Amino acid sequence: MRRIVSVLMENEAGALSRLIGLFAQRGYNIETLTVAPTEDETLSRLTLTTLASDEQIEQITKQVNKLVEVVKLVDLSEGDHIERELMLIKVLAGGAHRAEVKRISDVFRGQIVDVTQNSYTIQLTGTTEKIDAFLKALPIDSVLEVVRSGVSGLSRGEKVLSG
Amino acid sequence: MEKLSGGDMLIRALQDEGVEYVFGYPGGAVLHIYDALFNQQKIQHILVRHEQAATHMADGYSRATGLPGVVLVTSGPGATNAITGIATAYMDSIPMVIISGQVQSHLIGTDSFQETDMIGISRPVVKHSFLVKEARDIPKTIKKAFYIATTGRPGPVVVDIPKDKTNPHDLYDYEYPAKISLRSYNPAITGHSGQIQKATKLLLSAERPMIYAGGGVILGNATEELRKLTKILGFPITNTLMSLGSFPGTDDQFLGMLGMHGTFEANNAMHHCDVLLAIGARFDDRITNTPSMFCPKAKIIHIDVDPASISKTIRADVPIVGEVGLILKEMLEIVEGQISRKSDEKPILDSWWEQIASWRSQDCLKINRGSEEEELIKPQDGVKAVFLVTDGQAYVTSDVGQHQMFAALYYPFDEPRRWINSGGLGTMGFGLPAAMGAQIAFPESTVVCITGEGSIQMNIQELSTCAQYGLPLKIINLNNRSLGMVKQWQDMQYEGRHSHSYMDSLPDFVSLAESYGHLGYKIEKRSDLEPVLKEVFSKKDRLVFVDIMVDPKEHVYPMLVSPNGSLRDMWLAKGVRT
Repeated sequence: MRRIVSVLMENEAGALSRLIGLFAQRGYNIETLTVAPTEDETLSRLTLTTLASDEQIEQITKQVNKLVEVVKLVDLSEGDHIERELMLIKVLAGGAHRAEVKRISDVFRGQIVDVTQNSYTIQLTGTTEKIDAFLKALPIDSVLEVVRSGVSGLSRGEKVLSG
Repeated sequence: MEKLSGGDMLIRALQDEGVEYVFGYPGGAVLHIYDALFNQQKIQHILVRHEQAATHMADGYSRATGLPGVVLVTSGPGATNAITGIATAYMDSIPMVIISGQVQSHLIGTDSFQETDMIGISRPVVKHSFLVKEARDIPKTIKKAFYIATTGRPGPVVVDIPKDKTNPHDLYDYEYPAKISLRSYNPAITGHSGQIQKATKLLLSAERPMIYAGGGVILGNATEELRKLTKILGFPITNTLMSLGSFPGTDDQFLGMLGMHGTFEANNAMHHCDVLLAIGARFDDRITNTPSMFCPKAKIIHIDVDPASISKTIRADVPIVGEVGLILKEMLEIVEGQISRKSDEKPILDSWWEQIASWRSQDCLKINRGSEEEELIKPQDGVKAVFLVTDGQAYVTSDVGQHQMFAALYYPFDEPRRWINSGGLGTMGFGLPAAMGAQIAFPESTVVCITGEGSIQMNIQELSTCAQYGLPLKIINLNNRSLGMVKQWQDMQYEGRHSHSYMDSLPDFVSLAESYGHLGYKIEKRSDLEPVLKEVFSKKDRLVFVDIMVDPKEHVYPMLVSPNGSLRDMWLAKGVRT
């Protein structure tokens, strides 16, 4: 099952490599990973997605919690949450394709952020499913380059993860 | 406020932390620190012959005393040589602080002379690590290192210090923090009282209970509580390899060690129990055999300070997270109240104890001896003779292999911290330096290293360190001219193809010991064992190396059948299984 693990950790050199090392060392996989400092610059917020059974995710959260630099951790997928991913995609958009790509982009509420005679660069945010669906909807062979941010997320309501 | 250099601050911080011994080896990146050491008397530095041995010495010192061990090594090869010892301590949760020199800050990342990424290379085998970026942070970092190493589930902590941070010219205000707190590190202390209630209720309703105590009982200094609780409950108890001595090895309620080479009665009692109380143990693969076949009828209560140890391999029915000693004390109070009210209930355990007596009658540790082999020394004979001559009171360290299992099975320990071995990582070369650490901690006590001719050669250079510091160890070399455990597995699983498991160019250990200035003895006949060992152990102020020629064909039994076996599936002798 896909899990979204959100971690609040000390914003210190080496903290990230410790967490990544733990995943490698214990054979857990990482599907996506995103990390940046929070409004409190001494803390970083890291979100990762992984595929794990109930037993595995219990062990993963316990092991990550044991890292000295980890302040708090939550498995967002356990409850109601919001998740978003950002994609920048460069698409062939010349001749007959041009109008169709624009139309599909509009349907998915994408923004065209760079234009050349033969290409569009589109920015799209949404859940992983939405982004995957957009990629499938584009004409085959039109995709030139893709970069995705990986998932970020928050739990719904007033619940917060804080130091 | 006092002004000190980085190097002086480091040494002063260690003094303020109460450190008495530092085990180390100098080199370029730590020269400033060694100069600071030279100018003081409070800390004694033990100069080893190899950095791996420094870590094992600090480790042995810690296991014998309960205090954190301290290691000082230089950058590059000094740091990498220490890794095996750090990993050994990590696997057995031994508190240790390792100070490694690093190249100067401006050279980091340039592949400079004796540079290695110590933080990176040690990351998987430390509880935590620090790279010192500002010299003024040294006292606070040392405080944090000791705090993390010794609290919660203990473990090794590395402090990597670039050479320029210890130079004698830059001076800083020195103050050692009295207390430290980390917002991201708060180990559990007290257990959940609801869970404790639930656990004691389960224990008191058990008909076939079993107590399985692990190394955490010793690390948590909870042996008194364990003994009291086990006595008042009247339950059978087993100890893991890491826990031997937490409960008296000669007591009637003790069924011996469990697991891969556990006793027939301990493994069977585990398999058949209906309630299992696991304390400070981690259900590793050498204990459980096939996890899906482990204790099929048992409700499992698991007490541990590390939440990640609970339900890792075996699901716990009643998990309790916290310090083992405090939780056992709370359980004890509840049980004391209950038992005195219904003192007539103990007989429900009678049939369970009868069953255990019948398993015991198997006498699984009996030595099988051919009639023509009267004078042939079995390795077990060697261990038993050492037990007899030392009155069971010695500190015993071991290396890794058959001799380790023989020592664990044939030298019962009545006190904790007397049995010192590398249980988790299984590090050959551990025994001699660990014994040195214990001897340094207890100069008046008898310290024995039970080893084999394979393991002892992995750190034999430390005989020189022993000579320098006058450490009167007794080294018992159970010499079977082969890598016994490897050979045993080759006998059992590879049709006796002894691929590289023999040694055909061994040194003359007696003259080797003598060349270091020690005494050496060789024993080849069984009837010589006791008299010679008596003489050996009477030499209180000398290191004696005893080379005992033992039967090279002997196997360690019992041994679990694996794969696809449970705890009741055992080999009991060559070709004989349950």
